Amino acid sequence: MNYFGVMAILIHELDRFKRTLLQSLASPIITTSLYFIVFGTAIGSRIKEIDGINYGSYIVPGMIMLTILTQALSNASFAIYFQKFTSTIYEIHAAPLSSFEIILGFVGAAAIKSIIIGLIIIITAGFFVDIEIQHPILMIFFLVLTSITFSLFGFIVGLYADGFEGLQIIPILVITPLTFLGGSFYSITMLPEFWQNISLLNPVLYLISGFRYSFYEVSDVSLLTSIITIFMILIGCIFLISYTFIKGYKIKD
Amino acid sequence: MKNILEITDVNKIYRNSIKALDNINLNIKEGEIFSLLGPNGAGKSTLINSICGVVNFNSGTIKIKGYDNIKEYRKARQITGIVPQELYLESFETVWKNINYSRGLFGKPKNHKYVEDLLKMLSLWDKKDSKIKELSGGMKRRVLIAKALSHQPKLLFLDEPTASIDVELRKETWDIVRKLNKNGTTIVLTTHYIEEAEELSSRVAIINDGKIILVNETDKLIKKLGEKSIRIELKKETNNLNSNLKNKYNLEVNKNFLTFKYNIKEDNINLTEMLNEIENNGYQIKDFITEQSSLEEIFIKLIKEDKKS
Repeated sequence: MNYFGVMAILIHELDRFKRTLLQSLASPIITTSLYFIVFGTAIGSRIKEIDGINYGSYIVPGMIMLTILTQALSNASFAIYFQKFTSTIYEIHAAPLSSFEIILGFVGAAAIKSIIIGLIIIITAGFFVDIEIQHPILMIFFLVLTSITFSLFGFIVGLYADGFEGLQIIPILVITPLTFLGGSFYSITMLPEFWQNISLLNPVLYLISGFRYSFYEVSDVSLLTSIITIFMILIGCIFLISYTFIKGYKIKD
Repeated sequence: MKNILEITDVNKIYRNSIKALDNINLNIKEGEIFSLLGPNGAGKSTLINSICGVVNFNSGTIKIKGYDNIKEYRKARQITGIVPQELYLESFETVWKNINYSRGLFGKPKNHKYVEDLLKMLSLWDKKDSKIKELSGGMKRRVLIAKALSHQPKLLFLDEPTASIDVELRKETWDIVRKLNKNGTTIVLTTHYIEEAEELSSRVAIINDGKIILVNETDKLIKKLGEKSIRIELKKETNNLNSNLKNKYNLEVNKNFLTFKYNIKEDNINLTEMLNEIENNGYQIKDFITEQSSLEEIFIKLIKEDKKS
């Protein structure tokens, strides 16, 4: 195991985060505050409670999920794509690093950034509403596993992307709609039955639901289904990345 | 001398079915400076990128200090460094971080003393906290060299180290190469400048169309490459040139043109004497031009010679 190599990638990528610290941290803080102003105040004045939880508090787990899914995906995809774009990736190819170690470095860095951002949102939200975390270990479990899974997914997107536009497609066209429609800001029990059934096809719903359970012990679907879902997405990503590396497609000439 | 690099039957076909390397066999000796000479698109970069793991090759074996560069890639790559042709650098990082990052990638623990000495050797020490984007082109190239040397490799590849840089910087790069070699690093460089190969290396391989045409000691090769010809136009056509004159200079006659071939590397040539002798024999010279074979022509000639032998 090339421990120093993995650490080099990890530190190098986190350095980029540090260099752009203001954007990296200000953006989730501002976005979270805006959500509270718009959703919390405007909608919260009409919907007092969902499942016995104050509306403002209810939307916190969904908001965190929304941010970490997009952040993990865009950070990881940008990191690997940027190296391809500047051709500085030659050095990683020439270094004594296995595919696993390269993934570990890039995905690890993107996941760490997402986890930090997730925690910052919890702190920011704490200024607006009361938050209880009934199952902290379960909360950390979901936060970490989701960050890793979507960083891995982002890494794959970055490998396959042919341009900066390609990096945007998945977050904008897939992740954001799925998160908004996955019960970030509402419970699917508020929807007509038909739309409830459609919502059950959305994997992000299970992530948000499980995550919300760790906070307030309320959920749209069972906790076990949520845990199985996140593992299935993770396994899917591992399968795809293994296939990509074995085939060598889009990696080396 | 022991071989530090052994390349056996290496082939590389790109996805667009271009055969970039055609059955390459080559050995590099420990401690030498070796040049891969060839025109653009000959396969020089593909060859060194295949050795360093930057591109995959299709068949054959490459051994670095006896380590197979695929099966034992960790050991092979730890002793290999590569300086790419283009300035592939991240603009917003400092020199210091960039070099330490490279050292880490190659599995080496931090060694500030070594990196400091390296930067001093490459006259980059005062720029260690500068961002890459603030550096001149020459400095960026030295940063690339520092990155390639950050993990103390035994074998260093330089891909067109002096392509599109000015004369002064070229001399500076040559000095660095010599210094590194003196410190015990084996160096393989690619170039399409004959002078560069001549100036630096002890042995040269000529590569064209993905094939190694020949490997030779530089002196022998340069002699071959130094051939020129002078075409003398006479005022009048001549059918029977003075045989003494013809034999002395081995002149070729074609209507009113005489062609004399000579080697610029040989000292016993006296062109003025020859031209005077022609005039003294009653032939009036109208004009003359000298011609030097282009690299491509020399390559073709070498291929022919190679086939004959």
